[in-house]
Amino acid sequence: MFELLGIPPQALFGQLLLGLINGSFYALLSLGLAIIFGLLNIINFTHGAQYMMGAFVAWMLLDYLGINYWVALVLAPVVVGITGVIIERLLISRLYHLDHLYGLLLTFGLALIIQGLFRNQYGISGLPYQIPPLLSGGQNLGFMFLPNYRGWVVVASLVVCLATWFVIEKTRLGAYLRAATENPVLVGAFGINVPRLITVTYGFGVGLAAFAGVLAAPIYSVNPNMGADLIIVVFAVVVIGGMGSILGSIVTGFGLGIVEGLTRVFYPEGSAVVIFVIMAIVLLVKPAGLFGRAA
Amino acid sequence: MATDSRADAPGAPAHPISMGMMRHHLVIFVALLALGLVGPFFLYPIFLMKILCFALFACAFNLLLGYGGLLSFGHAAFFGSASYVSAHAAKEWGLNPEFAILLGTAAAAVLGLVIGALAIRRQGIYFAMVTLAFAQMVFFFSVQAPFTGGEDGIQAVPRGHLFGLLDLGADINLYYVVLAIVFAGLLLIYRIIHSPFGQVLKAIRDNEPRSVSLGYRVNQYKLAVFVLSASLAGLAGATKALVFQLASLTDVYWTMSGEVVLMTLLGGMGTVFGPLVGAAVIVTMQNYFATFGAWVTIIQGVIFVISVLLFREGIVGVLGRWLKKPL
Repeated sequence: MFELLGIPPQALFGQLLLGLINGSFYALLSLGLAIIFGLLNIINFTHGAQYMMGAFVAWMLLDYLGINYWVALVLAPVVVGITGVIIERLLISRLYHLDHLYGLLLTFGLALIIQGLFRNQYGISGLPYQIPPLLSGGQNLGFMFLPNYRGWVVVASLVVCLATWFVIEKTRLGAYLRAATENPVLVGAFGINVPRLITVTYGFGVGLAAFAGVLAAPIYSVNPNMGADLIIVVFAVVVIGGMGSILGSIVTGFGLGIVEGLTRVFYPEGSAVVIFVIMAIVLLVKPAGLFGRAA
Repeated sequence: MATDSRADAPGAPAHPISMGMMRHHLVIFVALLALGLVGPFFLYPIFLMKILCFALFACAFNLLLGYGGLLSFGHAAFFGSASYVSAHAAKEWGLNPEFAILLGTAAAAVLGLVIGALAIRRQGIYFAMVTLAFAQMVFFFSVQAPFTGGEDGIQAVPRGHLFGLLDLGADINLYYVVLAIVFAGLLLIYRIIHSPFGQVLKAIRDNEPRSVSLGYRVNQYKLAVFVLSASLAGLAGATKALVFQLASLTDVYWTMSGEVVLMTLLGGMGTVFGPLVGAAVIVTMQNYFATFGAWVTIIQGVIFVISVLLFREGIVGVLGRWLKKPL
């Protein structure tokens, strides 16, 4: 078959797909961060650990209780989301009157605790999680081979991202949420329970991270550090996209995943840092981020 | 990080200290120096040197956070890259230790200028995320660059002879050199804090818009303190490379950035002596709990959570409140 810029198409499309998959995780995680940031004004440093917890809970459900992937896909985010609600009620809610940076430090400490506990229990070598039978195998698209599961990850994450966007931008609940972001006191005066809204929002954002974790479990080996490095890349994604818009975090997430995949084809050494380089350029040109409102 | 607790801290001086040290600070500095001088007769010098290096690192970080109000989550970049540069200079180029350390510090300063110039374009939480992301970029560079030795790091770094004369191979000789370096660094930081520059920094920390309206070029001050802090963190990292004869990925990984935040928070941010105490506590803990494996991380996390929720003034902050003296 033909070659594109001297790169065999299989390699090109393969890396594009890989980039799209990474992009799915960036989008889901930065979306969760954006939602939490919007209402709580806290950068949830625990997000990476909660993503890891999602993968682990799916693994535990299967290994200890024999509960399959499809149920875990719903159950694990709920379980991890509930732990998020507990964390928000017990700890984070005590910090709202303080400088935002204390929230960052608290959630950083929580991430250390959670990762340490999982490392103690399961070691760092990583546990395998089988691809569900329904999605094993793949399609030959002619120009490339598409493993079913990878296609599913991209579709599932797109659907969840867009559904989240729809709920926040187009429904009444979303309107309350956006209003509470702007002016919590006024929204409270209209009889809406803002603290509960905040708690539910945190739980939902955490659930999104856990959902990403379950999606990731069959692709990567399930290990305690899987979220630790990812979260920093996601921070860079957030800085690039700016946290002004929900759609912005979805578009930036997928876009940067693809850029990273392309870099892996044309300049493999740069693939680990390309997102940070883009971040530097964006900071120079448009400090508020591509989709962000000017500070 | 402008906090409600510190802005009206009891015992805060009504007037900035314009000349000389406050007397109780002088007493503490002399006492610390005395402790430092007799220390190696009671404790293992390498352990003390580790505390000293991290104390300088934490104080450099506190200059930025406690006095400039800028939370950098990427200070490992400066600490680690300086240790790589000085280790490489000492080992491959055979530079004298004093030049190796200077070169490492200079490298950190340049890196601080580049990262700082970009990072100060965002504020608050974003600033923290930007510095963290750049630090991760430095980490990936350190993993891949040809001269860093990848996973192994740069090992067996020669300590050499200070000014070609004093053999630093002996722990006790090196100890007093490190003590001198760290003490000089601490005095410099103290001087910066209490200079007119330091007063402007505090004004920016407490109320940036007001500082702007007073006509200060806020961004230049922020960048200046960022570079100063990065250089001093680099000085600490370069010194540590010679002490342990090793520069490794640990020093440039983001957990190191977290550790220095923890030391400062635990000791008391915005206090002169807090980061010293925080560094001593954390290093001691790591040394004695090393056998517990991942529990060290968990304990650090717990200390983080407790410090943020219940103990925001830190050890020295609380002590200062009891004694009714700013420490």
